[in-house]
Amino acid sequence: MSDAMPNSLHTGERPLLQTIGLTKRYGDFLANASIDIDIFPREIHALLGENGAGKSTLVKAIYGLIQPSAGEIRWQGERIVLSGPSEARARGIGMVFQHFSLFENLTVAENVALGLDGKESFKDMSARLEQVSKTYGLPLDPKREVWQLSVGERQRIEIVRALMQDPKFLILDEPTAVLTPQEADQLFIVLERLKAEGRAVLYISHKLEEVKRLCDTATILRGGRKVATCNPRQETAASLARMMVGGEIKEVKAAAGRQTTVPRLVVNDLTLAPDEPHGVRLDHISLELKGGEILGIAGVAGNGQDELFAALSGERLSKDPGTVVIEGIAAGHLSITQRRKLGAAFVPEERLGHGTAPRMRLSENALLTGHAASGMVRHGFIDTAATLKTVDKATETFDVRKAKRDPEAASLSGGNLQKFIVGREILRNPAVLVVSQPTWGVDAGAAAVIRQALLDLAASGAAVLVTSQDLDELAEIADRIAVMFHGRLSAPLAAGEATRERLGLLMGGSSLDQREVAHAARA
Amino acid sequence: MQLVLEKRAERSNAIALVSPLIAIGLTIVTMTILFAILGKNPLLALQAYFIAPLTDGYSLQEIAVKATPLVMIAIGLSLCYLANAWNIGAEGQFLIGAVAGSWIAVKTQGTDAGAWVLPAMLLLGAIGGALYALIPAICKVKFGASEILTSLMLVYVADLFLDYLVRGPWRDPHGFNFPTTAEFDPVATVPVLIEGGRLHLGSIIALLVVAAAAVLLGRTIKGFEIRVVGAAPRAARFGGFNANQLIILTFAVSGALAGLAGIIEVAGPIGHLQPGISPGYGFTAIIVAFLGRLNPIGILIAGLFLALTFIGGEQAQIAMKIPLDVTKVFQGILLFYVLACDSLILYRFRLVFPNRQVTRGTG
Repeated sequence: MSDAMPNSLHTGERPLLQTIGLTKRYGDFLANASIDIDIFPREIHALLGENGAGKSTLVKAIYGLIQPSAGEIRWQGERIVLSGPSEARARGIGMVFQHFSLFENLTVAENVALGLDGKESFKDMSARLEQVSKTYGLPLDPKREVWQLSVGERQRIEIVRALMQDPKFLILDEPTAVLTPQEADQLFIVLERLKAEGRAVLYISHKLEEVKRLCDTATILRGGRKVATCNPRQETAASLARMMVGGEIKEVKAAAGRQTTVPRLVVNDLTLAPDEPHGVRLDHISLELKGGEILGIAGVAGNGQDELFAALSGERLSKDPGTVVIEGIAAGHLSITQRRKLGAAFVPEERLGHGTAPRMRLSENALLTGHAASGMVRHGFIDTAATLKTVDKATETFDVRKAKRDPEAASLSGGNLQKFIVGREILRNPAVLVVSQPTWGVDAGAAAVIRQALLDLAASGAAVLVTSQDLDELAEIADRIAVMFHGRLSAPLAAGEATRERLGLLMGGSSLDQREVAHAARA
Repeated sequence: MQLVLEKRAERSNAIALVSPLIAIGLTIVTMTILFAILGKNPLLALQAYFIAPLTDGYSLQEIAVKATPLVMIAIGLSLCYLANAWNIGAEGQFLIGAVAGSWIAVKTQGTDAGAWVLPAMLLLGAIGGALYALIPAICKVKFGASEILTSLMLVYVADLFLDYLVRGPWRDPHGFNFPTTAEFDPVATVPVLIEGGRLHLGSIIALLVVAAAAVLLGRTIKGFEIRVVGAAPRAARFGGFNANQLIILTFAVSGALAGLAGIIEVAGPIGHLQPGISPGYGFTAIIVAFLGRLNPIGILIAGLFLALTFIGGEQAQIAMKIPLDVTKVFQGILLFYVLACDSLILYRFRLVFPNRQVTRGTG
């Protein structure tokens, strides 16, 4: 696209950080192939790319977590070799990871202290913590224990911890993946402020609208190589997506004339205490899902979605059979196998280790959920031909790419494994499908295949329940969207009414009616 | 230059087969050094250990006799280990099985009880071993007690219980005060296969157990359940398999097999109950299970190999005055190498040179 553009923007200015021909290989695999990137002060620089494009590898090298195999990193014009993250921090490079490293049972201040080098007293540090959090509008109570905090608040701890080292350059890895739209807006204000102070920000994301709004420059990676550096504001979301994916993405289409029929999955006033110390209590959850319908459940991670999945699947049982009704039969007390026999199918969030046994073959993983009701077992003996047939059929129908006919699950890429798992369940012709994060960490092509499959399944009359943190995904496929917050489920909104703003408010815990009443009163 | 251990994309089946052989090779190298340190001629010692027992019929029979309990116990243990349940107490289950079965032999001693005695003994031996194995299993499931500790500690309880019986209530009144029961009656004895030989019916039972385990693990949904619970517990729960039920089941089965091995040993080669009926079969079987890759056929081969070390150890002691404990050292070193070589199934060595010259190592 417009490769020369950033240089004209920064004429005469020296880049704060440069990588020149940065290359990282893992065995035969080239994670980064000769990447050049220039990052200037007073710049929010987006790093765009699909999963596996090499974004994480690149920032890990910049942050000193891994050593590049070749190429160099220059900091303020001078070549540096980082011995580790502490040296990166000492030079003024900070990073906020997507997965937080916080101790749940310690307080905010204790967690921050653990991340610093510990030269100042705890009291001075706490005072500075309060001051930094106030200055940047990142409110935090230093004395609260982390387990009590929301995901957004936890991210604030990580950001404040990084800011307390006064970095010149801050890397953020998909910071909005866990935030409500409103929380994301607050984060953008902080980032704009950092930029105004003359700092540089490297912003990793695959949310294109966000990048167009916030970032001055975007570097796009694909398959470990740099595809382009451009000004995202001069691009369209579609043109950015094309550069990321390297082609057009098929749009998913709902089949016309979808009709909803009888309720196939009903949840009645389901309340369930958590089974682990920091788990979420499910609080009077009710929903009704008819055949032919897709219900989306939005919400920030950790608000009870995992617990709801376990209660629906039967991995956790309810004392009251009537709390979960599958195909008109009270199933709250039934095991996951019995629920499968009633026609339910489940796809958990975690592909490896939950949805599949990683070191077992695909045929064995077909048996994992297929033994209940797919004729793969006769008199206790496994019909190997039937399990292999499921593998072949899933491969063919959902375009699963793999090196041989029946490899281990762990050897497939995330997208292909997810296609296999979703395919395995859909091939059973379920009456009810409960899916958690169907396209999490999956490349755009596979995501489109999976979403289309869910739409087609609903069109064939099944009831589909989709839990997702990706609002765009829910907007694309769901007929109605409800929001989970602190173990409660909001009343579902019809897809047309479920704007980002309204969902965002629900995700932040406000009850919609009060807010809207307040708005109306002000207006 | 740097040597790195690198994860393989898939488990290597070739290495899975070769790794026990590498382990045996490394063990022999280590033993050679050890023999040299002991001041013995390593070549002669190895000859006494591994070659001599294979050269005469008596020793060959004796290898099969020793392998019988090892294989039976190890098959049971492999089911536990595959399911991630760590039964270390097979030695105790072996002893309790021997005690439980012997009870009938002692009570029917000198009566004209019929052919039902031996089958009843075998059955009771298996039940005794299973019940004894259920103690740690239930403690694990109900209270979360580590089955490794409880099953191991119960070995000593069983040992002392047997000791008490043969010194007290079950002692042979005509036995000159030796701590032993009377010789079992012929109806309470496992028949030998060859007239005048040592090979007995138990070896056939062991082969049947191997075949049954191979079918169970390879062909049945129960076997799949055992493997998946051990390999990926959360996926197993998602598949609808109950790990706790499986702990109970695998402990019961492995206890039963250890108990059966115990009563066969007592009613077969030994012929009466006494302390020291096991030279550590229950512990050696742990090595057999791992050396055999937790695979029934592998366990059969490994059991024969370990039996060879027992017989070879005795021959080396007689011929070269090498202490019998060296056999235990040998077995310990072997387990160590087996476990170490196992990491090569999932990982490989790779030599990494700076300047981006990458050379693939073998292994």
